[in-house]
Amino acid sequence: MASREIAITVERQPGLSFVERLHGLVVTVDHKKLGLMYVGTALCFLGVAGLMAVAIRLQLAVPNNTLLEPDVFNRFFTMHGTSMVFLVGMALVSGFGNYLVPLMTGARDMAFPRLNAFGYWMYLFGGLLLYFSYLGAPGLAGHGSAPDVGWFAYAPLTGRAFSRGHSTDYWILSLLLTSVGSTVSAINVLATAFALRCKGMTLMRMPLMVWLMVVTNFMILLALPALSAAQIMLLIDRYLGGHFFDTQAGGSAVIWQHFFWIFGHPEVYILIIPAFACVSEIVPVFSRKPIFGYPVMVGATAMIGLISVSVWAHHMFSVGMTSVGNTFFAISTFMVAVPTGIKIFNWLGTMYGGRIRFDLPMLFCIAFLFQFLIAGLTGMMLGVVPFNWQLTDSYFVVAHFHYTLVGGFLFGMFAGFYYWYPKAVGRLLDRRLGLWHFWLFTFGFHLTFDTMHFPGLLGMPRRVFTYDAGRGWDTLNLITTLGALCQAAAVLLFAINIVRSARKGKPAGNDPWDAWTLEWATTSPPPEYNFEAEPVVRSRRPLWDLKHPEDPDWKYE
Amino acid sequence: MQLRLSLHRRLLRAPALLCFCAALIVIAGHGEPAFGNPGGITNIFRPLSQPAQEIKETSLLVLGICAVIFVIVGGLLTYTLVRFRHRAGDEASEPPQIYGSNQIELAWTVLPILIVFVLILVTSRTIADIQNRKAAPGAVHATVVGHQWWWEIRYPELGIVTANELHVPASGGGIRRPAFLKLQSADVAHSFWVPQLAGKTDLIPNRVNLMWFAPTEPGTYLGNCAEYCGTQHARMLIRVVVQPPEEFERWVAEQQRAAAEEPGAQAGRRVFFANSCVNCHTIRGTSAQGVFGPDLTHLMSRLTLAAGAAPNTPDSLRAWVRDPQGLKVGCLMPNMQMTDGEVDQIVSYLQTLK
Amino acid sequence: MTNEAALPRAAEATEWKRPSRRKVAVVCLILTETGLFSIFVAAYLFYLGKSLTGPAPRDVLELPVLSTACLLSSSVTIMLAERAFNRDRVGLFKLWWFLTIALAAFFLGATALEWRTLIYQKGLTVGTNLFGTTFYSLVGLHASHVVVGLCLLLLVFVFSLRGYVTRMHRERIEMISWYWHFVDAVWVVVFMVVYVVGR
Repeated sequence: MASREIAITVERQPGLSFVERLHGLVVTVDHKKLGLMYVGTALCFLGVAGLMAVAIRLQLAVPNNTLLEPDVFNRFFTMHGTSMVFLVGMALVSGFGNYLVPLMTGARDMAFPRLNAFGYWMYLFGGLLLYFSYLGAPGLAGHGSAPDVGWFAYAPLTGRAFSRGHSTDYWILSLLLTSVGSTVSAINVLATAFALRCKGMTLMRMPLMVWLMVVTNFMILLALPALSAAQIMLLIDRYLGGHFFDTQAGGSAVIWQHFFWIFGHPEVYILIIPAFACVSEIVPVFSRKPIFGYPVMVGATAMIGLISVSVWAHHMFSVGMTSVGNTFFAISTFMVAVPTGIKIFNWLGTMYGGRIRFDLPMLFCIAFLFQFLIAGLTGMMLGVVPFNWQLTDSYFVVAHFHYTLVGGFLFGMFAGFYYWYPKAVGRLLDRRLGLWHFWLFTFGFHLTFDTMHFPGLLGMPRRVFTYDAGRGWDTLNLITTLGALCQAAAVLLFAINIVRSARKGKPAGNDPWDAWTLEWATTSPPPEYNFEAEPVVRSRRPLWDLKHPEDPDWKYE
Repeated sequence: MQLRLSLHRRLLRAPALLCFCAALIVIAGHGEPAFGNPGGITNIFRPLSQPAQEIKETSLLVLGICAVIFVIVGGLLTYTLVRFRHRAGDEASEPPQIYGSNQIELAWTVLPILIVFVLILVTSRTIADIQNRKAAPGAVHATVVGHQWWWEIRYPELGIVTANELHVPASGGGIRRPAFLKLQSADVAHSFWVPQLAGKTDLIPNRVNLMWFAPTEPGTYLGNCAEYCGTQHARMLIRVVVQPPEEFERWVAEQQRAAAEEPGAQAGRRVFFANSCVNCHTIRGTSAQGVFGPDLTHLMSRLTLAAGAAPNTPDSLRAWVRDPQGLKVGCLMPNMQMTDGEVDQIVSYLQTLK
Repeated sequence: MTNEAALPRAAEATEWKRPSRRKVAVVCLILTETGLFSIFVAAYLFYLGKSLTGPAPRDVLELPVLSTACLLSSSVTIMLAERAFNRDRVGLFKLWWFLTIALAAFFLGATALEWRTLIYQKGLTVGTNLFGTTFYSLVGLHASHVVVGLCLLLLVFVFSLRGYVTRMHRERIEMISWYWHFVDAVWVVVFMVVYVVGR
């Protein structure tokens, strides 16, 4: 195999002090460092928000529990949701995009390196501002602390009358800042993908990661303004006496929901498509076959992006829209399932006839496939409007979206982690710790989120700080909590692995997985300039062409 | 090592998912046809009313379709993982590099589209059926107004105002007396969800939503507020009491009466009217006409206090009047800082409001 | 030796076309700003006629013909400035560029005057009713974008006065003009929605 012939190099910066390294991070505009900073910060927020989830689960483990006060609980689920979506999810998307897109397109850096750095610091500041609310938000008579209005902050609960103090303001301002960061990052990724591709890399020769990042970032450009607009309107309501969502003045509470979900639904696709991208890069390499139906994968993703902006009101089926409105959004929701299903089949087609290696990146991808299948099916159930009238705002829907976000997004990100960590750090993650992480996390995930569907079916609403005994929810909630503890332990193992392997991991070499895209052609970690000279490619898998000169891809594409 | 891993994969996947399916089936077929909901179990698959029954039928069809899809696709995935795993001796060569196949892509595009088409038909029919129902002549009309964190219930045609408990007559035996509800809110968004009767419908300020249900079995049906509405969202329970028609008429007659003047509770009455209780509460037939809090005219006829936060017993009532924050922290009834004596007197007055 | 050494070099002289990164970036910016404005326009249209009290659009709004003419003319002048710049006519470029700034400043001044009349004489503020809220938000959002554009134009003007703006800044000048055309296009939409359709 070609990988055996590659010289093993591990680049180390000669003897920089801690302060010098920190300074290097503060002033850097290098996409690789910034990508790692995004990812590292995201993992910190993952830990904090994850601990909140554990606290929530401990409170709900038994009925009528008094571990957490109602207000504390309500703040926890708000902060958990807000952090996970914006400070973990969007940051991981930015991190992976910033790190990989220039490397995979043979570019030297992003199109706008300084803008890249600006985006990261906006994100960090926004995230810190959100948590500062615990200290800074108390207003009149001590009201206010961290936001407690839920991560989608429905009006008029967020109005001055019902949300006293400054909690909601912190929610708004911190997200406006992180949105600037995300928007700027999106512009950068798109400019890089379109304008900085190396010679020979036509759009249809870009790695799927890059294509899917393009679609994702387009969606960011179109979806994030809806949230920012709604938040600016809310600020105008709260501070300038506006009436956008003031029902006393004839304003509409429903229009907040419309605006929010016009952002919110594309947002969840913005999160999942990069996970699709990781899977689309990893499954071919570990099946030893090219991705099945590359053009269809591109097209299906573009279709998902397009259709996903028309499904938003499926979060609002109980709001009282007309039967025509409800039917329209049901139809669009079902339609978005078609290209999603096609992608699953294409991954299946990639593995079929291959020689599947069950290394850690692939294990996470396999779990992803089963889990996303289930998540997609429960999503379809939720699209059946009458069924939705029972399931929405219950623990069934909480189980569904955690299935997509943890079982789909997080598993995809973990797969990407195990796959690209060796490239970024120069050392492989420890395999044994990794297996423990995988099995413990998968076990805990299923224990929690499989079980969680049932309280929903038995009538348990979401966002409740406690519940009465005798509703049939007790044991189910206890089991759910136990699974959460397993997941927490697994993530701890993962964190240990990341830190330990940076020093003690096996040196990776350029191409430990025998892969085919450009990032594997340079050292691990890559030098600051990425490639000694601009590469030239003739197919989708330039390294395959190199390793198999007798049977290159460009003969068949 | 890799072989063992893949087997472990099978070993863990299949039972976990089998359990999931089994539990789903158990839930779907859970229990006997209930008299109301015994012990408070509110299983959406044990409906005792339209439209919950129609929803269940649609849901089971969809569940069936999804189960079949899961078995087929999951089975294919499992098969692929086992059949095409890397075996020792595969080191030297790469498998045939297939780039795609238009026919296969077409096939697995058309099939999902057909399934989607079926789902669209089923869904739109059920939506129209449920949403476009018009009120029959014998229907009971009620208006439910959501407050933080209790339910105001008015029967405009019957002249009744109560709280947290909705009484409706049972349909059945050829008599249809569905309940048609108007849903409104006095403050933030709430949602009315009694799983065994109907799906949920939101209560949104500055908006009127409509829903209906037609229960056939008498009993007490539990429900919850299903839209996060602030601190005590979790303790905003609904009870729908479905009564045989004669019992319902008796209840209506009792509720229509104004509060009786009981001689024994004069002291308590005086304390009640001296304090600012009257600013928030209405007791029909007296000068207490406050509307911020629940109507207390027939407080003792209700099963619970504070929207299900406590049972309606003398001890709970005493605890509630003394310090509402103790039973439901964050609720909008303040602690009136009364002495024990005053509390007792008020409670004895309230206990006359049958 | 790394794999990288074996990758073919960029030796061939074949055409390799890629869009300019600045153009992609500005197009993306315009896309996202369009999204932002769309939501405010949607809110404006949704709330038309729904105010419970207070002045209605037809009661207080007058067609801002002069300021609109100025803003739209500024699109022409900036185009002329660009053309002059591309022909190395620096003096002419400065003139047209300055005229663009002047027209933009006039537009902002006229808007400010209109708002002063609305607030003090006609009693319409952000908090008066739904119309007030949506009107000031939408028009204000546009005005804020004009202000940003004005700052960019002023910056370039000051630099050009000191002779710092040379041929290598051609594309940057073009990008600023694209942004400016976008701001004008948004005004056309806002004008139609607020002053024509809404009245």
